[in-house]
Amino acid sequence: MADEIKIGAYVCKGCGLGERLNTGQLETTATRDGKAKFAKSHDFLCSADGVAMIQKDIDSGETNHVVIAACSRRAKAEAFAFKNVTISRANLREGVIWVRPDTAEAKETTQDMADDYVRMACAESKFQKQPAPSGEQTLCKEILVVGGGISGMTAALEAAKAGYPATIIEKSGQLGGVMAQLHRRVPTKAPYAQPEDTSVESLIAEISANKKVTVMLNAKVAKTDGAPGRFSVDIAVESGSVQNKMFGAIVQASGMKSFDANILTEFSYGKTPNVITQLELEALAKAANGGPIKRKDGKEVKSVVFVQCAGQRSTKPGHLSYCSGFCCTASIKQAMYFKDANPNVDTVVMYTDLRTPGAGGEDFYRSGQNKGVIFTKGVVNSVAPNGNDLTVNFKDLILDEEISMPADLVVLATGQLPNSGPDPYAVPMEADKNDAEAVAASKAAHEVAVSVESILNLNYRQGTDLPHLKHGFTDSHFICFPYETRRTGIYSAGPVRRPMDSWQATIDATGAAMKAILEAENAGKGMAAHPRSGDLSFPAFRKEGCTQCKRCTVECPFGAINEDERGYPQFNESRCRRCGTCMGACPVRVISFENYSVDTVGSQIKGVDMPDEFSEKPRILVLACENDAYPALDMAAQNKLEYSAFARVVPVRCLGSVNTIWLTDALNSGYDGVVLMGCQKGDDYQCHFVKGSEIAGVRMSKIGDTLKTLNLEEARVATYEVAITDVDRVPKLINDMAETVAKVGMSPFKF
Amino acid sequence: MTDLNKQMVEQYRNSFLKEVEANVEEGEWVKMCMQCGVCSGSCPLGPYWDHPPQELFMMIRAGKREEVLASSSMWMCTSCYNCIARCPRELPITHIMHGLAHYAKRLGLAPKNQPTMKFSQKFWDNLMVTGRVNELKLGLSLYFMNGLVEGIKTSLKMKNIGLGMLLTKRMNPMEMLGGHSVKDKSGFKAMIKKAQELEAARIAKFKTP
Repeated sequence: MADEIKIGAYVCKGCGLGERLNTGQLETTATRDGKAKFAKSHDFLCSADGVAMIQKDIDSGETNHVVIAACSRRAKAEAFAFKNVTISRANLREGVIWVRPDTAEAKETTQDMADDYVRMACAESKFQKQPAPSGEQTLCKEILVVGGGISGMTAALEAAKAGYPATIIEKSGQLGGVMAQLHRRVPTKAPYAQPEDTSVESLIAEISANKKVTVMLNAKVAKTDGAPGRFSVDIAVESGSVQNKMFGAIVQASGMKSFDANILTEFSYGKTPNVITQLELEALAKAANGGPIKRKDGKEVKSVVFVQCAGQRSTKPGHLSYCSGFCCTASIKQAMYFKDANPNVDTVVMYTDLRTPGAGGEDFYRSGQNKGVIFTKGVVNSVAPNGNDLTVNFKDLILDEEISMPADLVVLATGQLPNSGPDPYAVPMEADKNDAEAVAASKAAHEVAVSVESILNLNYRQGTDLPHLKHGFTDSHFICFPYETRRTGIYSAGPVRRPMDSWQATIDATGAAMKAILEAENAGKGMAAHPRSGDLSFPAFRKEGCTQCKRCTVECPFGAINEDERGYPQFNESRCRRCGTCMGACPVRVISFENYSVDTVGSQIKGVDMPDEFSEKPRILVLACENDAYPALDMAAQNKLEYSAFARVVPVRCLGSVNTIWLTDALNSGYDGVVLMGCQKGDDYQCHFVKGSEIAGVRMSKIGDTLKTLNLEEARVATYEVAITDVDRVPKLINDMAETVAKVGMSPFKF
Repeated sequence: MTDLNKQMVEQYRNSFLKEVEANVEEGEWVKMCMQCGVCSGSCPLGPYWDHPPQELFMMIRAGKREEVLASSSMWMCTSCYNCIARCPRELPITHIMHGLAHYAKRLGLAPKNQPTMKFSQKFWDNLMVTGRVNELKLGLSLYFMNGLVEGIKTSLKMKNIGLGMLLTKRMNPMEMLGGHSVKDKSGFKAMIKKAQELEAARIAKFKTP
């Protein structure tokens, strides 16, 4: 392909564009201001005829940089998916005519708006390059599964069934994990009435019969190097030998740890052998094997009380603040152990809120009631030994009274803790170390102690293990893509991701195996994972400009960037999600993507025609996150909600990719206001790149200094958190800025 | 303590729930209550109950035998069926309330002078004579339920209504003399006898654990 940039601009006249806008003028704008080689208009550009017209020009070499002035880039993407050219879209439909009234007095500003979007698209086109795979990629179909419990076994089997060889690394001497300690499991099939077999044995048999699954017992991950498609893993076996194997993707199914009930002294745990945890009861039930369940002292249990939420959903120190989600159904199941062996055993489940998640949860609860399990809404204050037996003192919440009852055995429904490795961000990284606030915040966020032993031993710039969200559970985008962790190609499944029961863990593991397969394939093609699936562009940097400041390696939300021995960034393309946070971070602006760079956006900002101070035509720059804010703007347009004709919207991959130079340039060149729209940040973040909007928030909090040096009002820059559903709100935010500008006056920086 | 009550206490020593399941009409549903409180919230007479249905169910499970059976709560039920229509667990709550009331009465534990209970007894006795409800007698017996003085006062207060009903032939004074009966009186008696047998059989069935 020739190196010469030949911009071909195509203006669509369909969808009312032809009637509302002077398309002839738009063509002139494209060739005169946009420096397009030629401009053409078509009555119906996305029709087969219109597409064929463009394709013909591409085939004949007339153009290699296509500018389409029609609808939003989110519409008709399939029709305009031309190969071997760059494509830039001017959003005249959702961005202009649908948000402006069709009146004579609005006609001039509406045309101004359209002209600017054509200029911006042409300017962007000039700096765009076609993304191509780096050549770094390798296809490796091997899947590594860390952990041999029910999640790990399921993930390995599912991967193997799909044709991807899996290796299970289990640190203990046998498969099965916690599940192998259970007598029965909560039913997974209709009619959800009876506890069923744990399925551990059948899973183990299936695994040993499957040639594509390799099991390594008494083994640990000593080191994980590389990136998706080329993870180089050192596996250390207890005997001392270490072997190296290549993997395409990793599933971490390291499971759960039981809550330590020893701190529950009010329930006499540890003081008497007759107060036990659910897991300890499973051992007694296994020993009884369907017969009457006996206590440790050999006495047959005639009455048993289950204490729900023991050390959970509580603010007391050392307790878990969350609901583990599995214990209510587990108690129903265990009460059935007693009732099925002898219907005359008194079984009482003491709960405050009975939660039975899953399709069959309610049926199982009903089945328990049918068998005569008594459910009492009450809070247990204490359990006191009474000779060989126990007295349970509780407050009945329905009858509102303090009362006590005798019991042979008390079972505590204690919760789950994730078995995760150390959080890479538990200790703030170098760049934040001077910030006392960051240190305190980070300490507060990691109150629940988790194992300090690393599970994955990643050789990453940002720590050895998967980052946590809260309570040690691995971080994942809960709403949009729950399996994606903050380390591309490594998926967590089961109770290490969030508290769950065995059936949910099975489903979770299946999903994680599927994502692992997808990522192994993606890595082989050089394509991005969620949310920019299929994106071939990746960040590169200009080495001679780099100051080795390490901002990019520290701020990358996915730990994708390592440092070489001289401190230069190493991007590890297949670890990258293509959010551009590194690009936004770079103070010397040497990081760029082929089709998204400081220049592609910067040139759009500068491409806008800037009327003088006395024209009464201010300009407002809107940088909108392409994941939520931009679709919300499109939907507002579909609903024909109007907003100011002075706004110029530029979509960005993530607010994290916004380099402050864009703001400085915009304010310097005469923009009167800047609105930034990103996703919600914090613990319940909605940012598609996890930390992008948060990092942007930090950067923008410092924009005040820039404004001060320019002697501009702080109100001229506003940052908002916008959700995709904020359809009615987004036009208002733009109009608010237009009002602010009207109040504080035009920018004095127009030439 | 009535003999029946003594016997029941012996039999179900620690499990009032089992006793209710065995002896109360639809009592086997009590264990299925999930304490959502929709019945209590739906009851138009809710504020007048000492213990709304959901609470009664919890008391039964908690073994509060005396408190439940001596309660006036279930006697407050007017059979509007709101609770049955709304119960997400489909418990026949109205029927259970009547079943509890009936059982409490049989055991002699129902509160003395409970007006609903007294009326029910009068209704039953009245009905059993001829197989039809004699409205004149039932009405008058209600007037005099709480003594002669109140009975005369009430009668005088209702005098004009009574006379009006006589004039419009809505009330026949001859009903005072026995009153008319169902066509097949012996058949009616047989039917009631059979129903009582069935009830006894049902209870007997539960008695052997």
